[in-house]
Amino acid sequence: MMTNSAASTTGTEPLEMLSGAQMLLRALTDLGVDKIFGYPGGAVLPIYDEIFKQEKIEHILVRHEQGAAHAAEGYARSTGKPGVVLVTSGPGATNTVTGLTDAMLDSIPIICITGQVARHLIGTDGFQEADTVGITRPCTKHNYLVKDTAKLPDIIHEAFYVATNGRPGPVVIDIPKDIQVEKAPYKVSKHTEHRTYKPTVVCDENAVRKAVDALLTAKRPIIYAGGGVINSGPHASKLLTEFTKLTGFPITSTLMGLGCYPASDKQFLGMLGMHGTWEANHAMHDCDVMLAIGSRFDDRVTGDTERFSPGSTKIHVDIDLSSINKNIFVDIPVVGDAANFLERVLKIWKAEQCSEKQSDLSLWWEQITNWRAIKCLEYIDCDDAIMPQKALERLHALTVDRDPIISTEVGQHQMWAAQFLGFDRPNRWLTSGGLGTMGYGLPAAIGAQIADRSRLCIDVAGEASIQMNIQELSTAIQYNLPVKIFILNNEYMGMVRQWQHLNYEGRYSQSYTAALPDFVALGEAYGWKGLRVSDPAKLDETIQQMIDYDGPVIVDCRVVKLANCFPMVQSGAAHNEMLLAGDDIGGQKDDEALALV
Amino acid sequence: MKDQGPIAKHTISAIVDNEAGVLARVIGLFSGRGYNIESLTVASVDETKARSRITVVTKGTRMVIEQIKAQLDRLVPVHKVADLTIEGSFVSRELALVKVCGEGEMRVEALRIADVFRASVVDSTRTSFVFELTGASDKLNAFIDLMRDLGLVEVARTGGVALSRGKTGL
Repeated sequence: MMTNSAASTTGTEPLEMLSGAQMLLRALTDLGVDKIFGYPGGAVLPIYDEIFKQEKIEHILVRHEQGAAHAAEGYARSTGKPGVVLVTSGPGATNTVTGLTDAMLDSIPIICITGQVARHLIGTDGFQEADTVGITRPCTKHNYLVKDTAKLPDIIHEAFYVATNGRPGPVVIDIPKDIQVEKAPYKVSKHTEHRTYKPTVVCDENAVRKAVDALLTAKRPIIYAGGGVINSGPHASKLLTEFTKLTGFPITSTLMGLGCYPASDKQFLGMLGMHGTWEANHAMHDCDVMLAIGSRFDDRVTGDTERFSPGSTKIHVDIDLSSINKNIFVDIPVVGDAANFLERVLKIWKAEQCSEKQSDLSLWWEQITNWRAIKCLEYIDCDDAIMPQKALERLHALTVDRDPIISTEVGQHQMWAAQFLGFDRPNRWLTSGGLGTMGYGLPAAIGAQIADRSRLCIDVAGEASIQMNIQELSTAIQYNLPVKIFILNNEYMGMVRQWQHLNYEGRYSQSYTAALPDFVALGEAYGWKGLRVSDPAKLDETIQQMIDYDGPVIVDCRVVKLANCFPMVQSGAAHNEMLLAGDDIGGQKDDEALALV
Repeated sequence: MKDQGPIAKHTISAIVDNEAGVLARVIGLFSGRGYNIESLTVASVDETKARSRITVVTKGTRMVIEQIKAQLDRLVPVHKVADLTIEGSFVSRELALVKVCGEGEMRVEALRIADVFRASVVDSTRTSFVFELTGASDKLNAFIDLMRDLGLVEVARTGGVALSRGKTGL
């Protein structure tokens, strides 16, 4: 508890009296924060004045608060450190809601500091007043309304603890303006643990043993890894790779998990789910033992839950108990951190020479090889127009040496990026998986570029999505960020059009992106270099120009207009009912099918 | 999950920090995820540690109840959660205040039934009573049903409060 006196009750040093705004900057500095993404306004002016007076923390001025939240997500996902957002009350706070929800669904640690009207004005419908804690309660892991200045330092430390421990997520701290001004003694109790929030990190011994026993007997095993492995840190990805190599098991990954296992390795079957590979989905359907690790059986992964991997023994490792048995009933639940689980399993596997005892997998691999022979990602190339798949294949080939960080918007281009840009390492892939937020990619790439200016950061975009946070072009110029935007421009909200083609007899209601801007001119208006390519023969040189240019580049890559993204497990279908490019038959679905998202 | 087995009633207890917004978090969780609330009671139970106890009576399949417990448990201000229904036997009580208005024989009959149910009279005028009754949900329902013909005016009820039997606590 805080004391109201300026003198410490235990130490001899008198406690320093700081204003709430000074406390905030002090606490953030102590917590190792050196970048804040934000936008000023009336209710945070005292904080901005303190930012002006110091040099340890760099403030990145975005052009819209949603951009700040996504930039913080991009920063967090590429570095593993929490991203920090600072916005004003009312519209500043409400504009972050999409970003907070995005971080909630993808388990990304961000701290969002919002200004609030002074305490005596709360509830009076004051200027720029909004019930920020009320609005953000369902879309944050936790939130705070600070009512006592003396408690502010502790709240900030606690917020970082909550955001980064257990299953990570967004945390909001709403600070009334009078608290930012009021002085109180600065005292912090270090949060090495929390009085109520105690996530289980260490897996239960019996559960680990049961998992090992099941894996030992597996004749048709599969590892189904997710974003939890990446959130567990690069060490978890190393352990996962070691375990997979040691056992010879096939492995697939969710959209969020891409990079947790090298995509270029032969044991990797590609992404699974709605636009996953034929081999990954069939292996999931036919496996006898499934090791789900840091993944959450999302509907985009499972398809029809009733017919999801029938007959397999399912092991589910997750740090969040509420993820277990939520969508799919599992046989062996293991609550804990992915790295802890993998470390323990590896130890047992090595100590008990399990590699010699495990079942022979040659028949299973033979089956997988047959599935692979379908070549589900194959597409028919074209000489006079650029195929979107081709554009991404070439982007991958020409950038892979640079180990790029790729962000995406949402839609067809995102799925093609997941299919064609192989990720060999974690923290290189920034995409809005759970919420599916168009407008995510550009600010996320900016966040990643702020974290490391030397990296090649590319936002793979669609011409519709990129317009949702296009104002952030200006942010990149202000901070000299050499971000690249690679737009697959097919003049359609491609995924909407694809669903209308498959389910609504091609009635393309409102999915044509009419009145498109000239992206080259638009980029140049903001100070970016603009490039356009529509000739397949010039694709490589355009990509190379984009990479070589020392500064931000926007590429308007004109691709064929009506390409569809395959393979596809349609909503309500099972994993073994995938559509391939050759099955591309449009039509009208019944009402039950149309009700599925 | 379409087929999750039978739906059953469960009484869930949670010890929470007695802080602003904690009830909103719990209620928001139930409404946001489409869980059912039959009744919910909350009151401070430990002033020195600033803790409250929330008792929720809910209905759901086994998987839904398991989810409710896990979802409650991961709320930051929640200390402990228990599903009393599956963790052994427990006692549960509700309280009702029942206002009845009548004269003559109806008034006498109301008083007689109240006596049978061990309801106490907490307010009386020449033409009305307010009865206080505690007990299990069924007992309260039965009493209120009987009062309908005897001049029932209005009812105020708490939700259930419950504790596990035996010497250990949550």
